Amino acid sequence: MAKISLIVNGNPVNANIDPRTLLVQFLRENLRLTGTHVGCDTSQCGACVVHLDGKAVKSCTTLAVMADGHEVKTIEGLAADGGPLHPMQEAFREHHGLQCGFCTPGMIMTAVDIVRRKGNELDDHTIREELEGNICRCTGYHNIVKAIAAGARAMRGGASASQAAE
Amino acid sequence: MSATGIGASVRRKEDRRFITGAGHYTDDINRPGQVFAYFIRSPHAHAAIKSIDSKSAAAMPGVLAVLTGTELAADKIGNLICGWMIHSKDGTPMKMAAHPALASGKACHVGDAIAVVVAETLAQARDAAEKVKVDYTVLAAVADPVAAQKPGAPQIHDVAANNTIYQWHLGDAKAVDAAFKTAKHVTKLDIVNNRLVPNAIEPRAAIGDYDSGTGTFTLWNTTQNPHVARLVIAAFVGMAPEHKLRVIAPDVGGGFGSKIFIYPEEVVALWASKRVGRPVKWVCDRSEAFLSDAHGRDHVTHAEMAFDAGGKIVGLRAKTIANLGAYMSTFSSSIPTYLYATLLSGQYEIPQIYCEVDAVYTNTVPVDAYRGAGRPEATFVVERLVEVGAREMGQDPAELRRKNFVQKFPHQTPVILMYDAGDYNASLKKAMELADYKGFAKRKRESARHGKLRGIGISTYIEACGLAPSQAAGSLGAGVGLWESAEVRVNPTGSVEILTGSHSHGQGHETTFAQLVSERLGIPIENVSIVHGDTDKVQFGMGTYGSRSGAVGMSAIVKALDKVEAKAKKVAAHLLEAAEADIEFKDGKFSVAGTDKSAAWADVTLNAYVAHKFSGQELEPGLKEGAFYDPTNFTFPAGCHICEVEVDTETGSTEIVAWTAVDDFGVVINPMIVEGQVHGGIAQGVGQALCEGAVYSKDGQLMNGSFMDYSMPRANLLPTLKVATTMTKCPSNPLGIKGCGEAGAIAAPAAVINAITDAIGTEQLAMPATPSAVWSSLQKSYKLPHAA
Amino acid sequence: MYAFTFHRPQTVRQAAGLLTKNADAKLLAGGQSLLPTMKLRLASPPQILDMTLVEGLSGIELSGRALTIGAMTRHYEVNASPVVQQAIPVLAKLAGLIGDPAVRHRGTLGGSVANNDPNADYPAACLGLGATIITNKRRIKADDYFTGMFSTALEPGEIITKISFPIPKKAAYQKFRNQASRFALVGVFVAKRGSDIRVAVTGAGSNGVFRVTSFEEALKKRFSPKSLEGLTIPADGMNSDIHGSAEYRAHLVGVLARRAVAEAIGKPAA
Repeated sequence: MAKISLIVNGNPVNANIDPRTLLVQFLRENLRLTGTHVGCDTSQCGACVVHLDGKAVKSCTTLAVMADGHEVKTIEGLAADGGPLHPMQEAFREHHGLQCGFCTPGMIMTAVDIVRRKGNELDDHTIREELEGNICRCTGYHNIVKAIAAGARAMRGGASASQAAE
Repeated sequence: MSATGIGASVRRKEDRRFITGAGHYTDDINRPGQVFAYFIRSPHAHAAIKSIDSKSAAAMPGVLAVLTGTELAADKIGNLICGWMIHSKDGTPMKMAAHPALASGKACHVGDAIAVVVAETLAQARDAAEKVKVDYTVLAAVADPVAAQKPGAPQIHDVAANNTIYQWHLGDAKAVDAAFKTAKHVTKLDIVNNRLVPNAIEPRAAIGDYDSGTGTFTLWNTTQNPHVARLVIAAFVGMAPEHKLRVIAPDVGGGFGSKIFIYPEEVVALWASKRVGRPVKWVCDRSEAFLSDAHGRDHVTHAEMAFDAGGKIVGLRAKTIANLGAYMSTFSSSIPTYLYATLLSGQYEIPQIYCEVDAVYTNTVPVDAYRGAGRPEATFVVERLVEVGAREMGQDPAELRRKNFVQKFPHQTPVILMYDAGDYNASLKKAMELADYKGFAKRKRESARHGKLRGIGISTYIEACGLAPSQAAGSLGAGVGLWESAEVRVNPTGSVEILTGSHSHGQGHETTFAQLVSERLGIPIENVSIVHGDTDKVQFGMGTYGSRSGAVGMSAIVKALDKVEAKAKKVAAHLLEAAEADIEFKDGKFSVAGTDKSAAWADVTLNAYVAHKFSGQELEPGLKEGAFYDPTNFTFPAGCHICEVEVDTETGSTEIVAWTAVDDFGVVINPMIVEGQVHGGIAQGVGQALCEGAVYSKDGQLMNGSFMDYSMPRANLLPTLKVATTMTKCPSNPLGIKGCGEAGAIAAPAAVINAITDAIGTEQLAMPATPSAVWSSLQKSYKLPHAA
Repeated sequence: MYAFTFHRPQTVRQAAGLLTKNADAKLLAGGQSLLPTMKLRLASPPQILDMTLVEGLSGIELSGRALTIGAMTRHYEVNASPVVQQAIPVLAKLAGLIGDPAVRHRGTLGGSVANNDPNADYPAACLGLGATIITNKRRIKADDYFTGMFSTALEPGEIITKISFPIPKKAAYQKFRNQASRFALVGVFVAKRGSDIRVAVTGAGSNGVFRVTSFEEALKKRFSPKSLEGLTIPADGMNSDIHGSAEYRAHLVGVLARRAVAEAIGKPAA
C-alpha cells in the first residue's frame, strides 16, 4: 500500500492505496468523482482527461501515486459548487457540443487546457489538431469545434482568475 | 413558433448533468455489497474446450465463484436468440445455432466467453482469471465469409451446412434477366462493405442484482431498449418471469445499434448475482469490446446495373454474402435482408430488381445492426453503380441521377417498399448549389497546381426508417411488434411526466419530447419531464434504433396527448359549467367558445385530481393517459450529400475539403439536435470510408482490436460540415417526421468513395480508403480484397 | 495491472542501486508507454521505480554547440521551450508531434529513448542529430545506442540522465502518422551539420530506427530535395502490417525525406 496526499478540486485528500491504482480509479472509486470516464485502455480516447497541476493529463495513464503531492482538478471541480458554469461548459451546451455526454468531461477539460496554451482566439484548424487525443463518436466534432472556439473567447477575462488558481 | 415549441433549437435540458460530470452511466452506479465479474475469453477463433480447471482460481483471494457453461446449463439458463426469422428461397427456415451465454463445448470466435470469475474486486477477479486453466483443442477456423461457404471449409455449427444460415432472395430474377437483355449498357462492380466496430465511447456494462427476499432481479444495463432486454431474458433465457425482472438503462454513452442486442454478459451478471448472493458488476474494457460488441456491415457483393440508351436504369441485380459472425445476434438476420435489399431501388425508378443474400457463419465476432444497418450497404451499392455507370457512359453523374429519380408519390418499388413522399430533385439541386458544383472544375485546376488530385462525389440516398408497422414487420419474420408506447402523467399542479418506450443515449429526447409537450399543452418546457429507460416505470416500449424515436415514439406521445386533452376538456367543462363541446383548448388555456370564461391548465389539472366539481361516477378523477402507436408505413428520409476531396498522390492521403448535406427529414422538431445527428452520422460514414475496418487474419484473429490499431475518426479527419434541409412532410405519422439519426452514416461512404475515385481516376478502391490503399490503387497494383 | 512494489528513489544512485538489485524492476518516467502495457497485463514488473522525485533529471541547457536536455524533461517542455525553439526548432516541433497534448504533459524524453519504440519520434531525432545519450555510467553515441526495436545499448542498472543534441545548421522532421495510434507510420529526420549529413527513419524499419546512408551520400553532394529524386530504399527490412506494406513504407521514406530536406532549406513543398 502507498500513502498519498493530494488536492482534488481544491480539497485536501489523504489515502492509503494499492500502488497499482490508476488516478482515474482513485477518482471514480475512492472519491466517487464519476464525471471522469474510461473509454479505452490504450490512452487514445481522452474521456479520462483531468488537470494535474493545471495541465491536461490522461488519468487512465497516470498512477494515483504519481499525483501524490500534486493538485488534481476534475470536471466536477471546474465550476464552483453551486456557482455558475465555467464558460467552456456553457459553450458546450450553447453549441450542442455533446450528445451522449460520455466523452464530454474529457473534451471540456482538454478544451480548457487548449485555451491555457493557445489563447482565446482559436481557429478551427488549431482546435481540430489539438483534439488529437480525444475521441467523440456522436458529434462528428463539428459542434465541439464551435463550442471550444466560443468557450475560448468567453474565457477571456472572467475565467482567467480560475485559470490562475489551477 | 414558440421559443420552446416545435421547430425551435432549444438548448438541451439533459446537458447540465453531462457537462458537470453528474451523469449516471452504468459504471457510475454501485450497489451495496457489489462484487465484480471478469470474463475468460477464448484466445482461439475455433477450439474445442476439453476441460476447464478452476480449482486454483477459486482458491485465490477474494474469489466468490468461477462459473462455466456447465453450471449455466445445470441452472437451465437458456440460450440467446435471434428474433427475426428469415426463410431461404427453398422455404427452409434459417439455421440458428445455439448461443449459450458461456460457451458450451467449444469456442467459436476469439473473445467468446468461456467462463466468468466473480470476486470482491476487479483486480482479484482478473488475477484469478489467469489461474483458470482451459484446455483447448484448436480447430481450423475461417474468418472470410466467401471462404466459409467453400467446400472443405471448417464447419462451425452442425445445424448449418457450409456455414450457410440462409440463402434468401427478393425480387423477380427472370424479369431482371429479361430487362438486362434489353440494356444498352451494364455496369458491374465488386464491392466489399467493410466490417466496422461500433465503439460507442461508453463501453458496455451491466450490474445484476438478485433480491432473494422477493425473488426479483434488477439489471442496470447499457441498453437502447430495456424492455426488449427484459422480454428476451425472461421469455427466452428464462432467468426469471418478466414481472420479476426489472431492467434499468440509465444514462447510456452512445449506442449506434450495438446496445440494442441482448449479450451474454448481462445474462451472466444476473445469473451470477443469484449464485453468489451479491450484486455483480461487469464493465467492458475497450479491448474486450472489440471482441464482444456486435460488429456491423461486412458484406461482399457483386452488383450490376443495366441502363437503356437514354441512360434510364432498367434493372439491378446483386448477390451478397453477409458475414454474421460466429453466432446469430439478436436482430442479425434482418439486417442484410429486409433492411438491405428493400433499399436497392435508392431514389430511382428501377423497374426490376433482384437480390440474393447468403448469410454465413464465420469464426468472428457476431455482426448485427450498426448505425444505418443494411441501408448504408444498399446505398453504397446503388450509389456506386450509378456513379460508375455515369462515368462509363460519359454522362454527368448528377444528371444521370436526376433522370432516374422517382418523381411521383406514392411510388411502389419492386422490392416491397412504398415510398410515400419526397422531392429528390429539390435536395440534389440545393446540395449542388451549396457545394458550388459548377465551380468544381476550377477548384480542380487549382488543386492540380498544388500537385493534388481533386475529386467530387455525390450520394443521393434513401432510407426506410421509423421501424415500422408491426403487421408488416411480422409478415417479414420479426419476432416483435414495432410500435411504441407513451404515457402522459399530468400532476395536480399541472407539471407533466412523459413515460416513453423510446430510449435516449445521446439523441436529446429529454428536450425534443418536452418541446412537443410544451407546445401542445402550452406549458413551460421546464414543467415537462421525460422518463425512460426503466421497466418499472414505463410499462413497455420497443426502444430506440432505426431512427424511430421521433416518427414512432413521439407519435405515441401525440396519441396520448390527444386523450389527455379530451379528458381535460371534460374536467374543464365541469369547472367552467359549460358543455364539453364548447370547450376550446389553446395556449394552455381552456375557454368556453363565444364567452370570456376560461380556466388555466393548472386549474383544470388540479380539478381533475381534487374532483370537487364533478361526480366521480360520471367522470373518473385524475389525468393520465397512455397510448400505443403503430405506424402505417416506414418513413423515407432522403437527401443528397456531396463530398469534395484532395488526394496527395505521393502519400495517398485524402483530405475531405468540403462536405455538403441536404436532407429531407420531414418536419423537424429541434433543428440544432437534428443537425447534430447529421454531423455524427457523417463522421461515422467518413470513418467507414477512410479509416475504419476490422481486419481478421485468415485464422480468425482480430488484427486491430484496440484504438492503437483500429482507426477512429478524429477531429482532424473531418471538415466543417455544411448542413441544410429540404422538407416534404411524412404522411404516415401525425407529426410529419421522417427521422434523422442514420442519414449521415448511410449517405457518407458512397460520397467519399465516389469523390476519391473521381480524383484518382480508377474504380479499383475498396473501403477503407486509407492512405496506403489509395496509394496502392494509384500504383495500379491494387487488388480488391475479394469478390463474390 | 499486476501488483508491484512501488519505490520513489530520490537520487540516480538510489535508483541505480534498486535497479541493480531487482533485475526485473522498471523505471517509471512519464508512464505513457509503460502504464498502457502494464494495464493490458503485457508487462508485469515486480518493482516500479518512480523517477519523479529524482533530482537533476530535468531541464534544458544550451552550452556551446549542443543542447542538453534532462531525461525527465517532458515533451511539452521541449515543445514550448524558447531555448529549444531557438537552438533546434525541429526538436521542439517534433516534441509537439508526439502522442497528443495530454500525453505530452506526462511523457518524457528519457522514457521515450529508453523504450525505443520502433514507431517513436525521439529516436529519429537522436539518430538524425547524432545525439549523445548520457547515462549514470557513460556517454553513448546515438549510432551505438539504438540496437533494434525496443532494444538499446543500456546495461542493467544503467539510467539515462540526459541527452545532448549537437546543434545542426539545417534540420527538419516529417512525420506520417499511423491513422489509429498517431505514432509514426514513417518519420524521417534530416539534419545537416557541416559535412555531417544524417537521414534517420523511424516507423518504417522492422528493426527500429535506422539511417539511410544512400540518401545521406546523395545529400552530401547537394543538400536539396532534387538530390533525392528517383532514389528509393529497398522494401526489404521494412515493416509490413495492416497499416501499410513494406513497399508503401519504403516509398514513404523517399517522399518524406524529400519533403524534410525541402523544409530544412526553407522551401517546403505545397
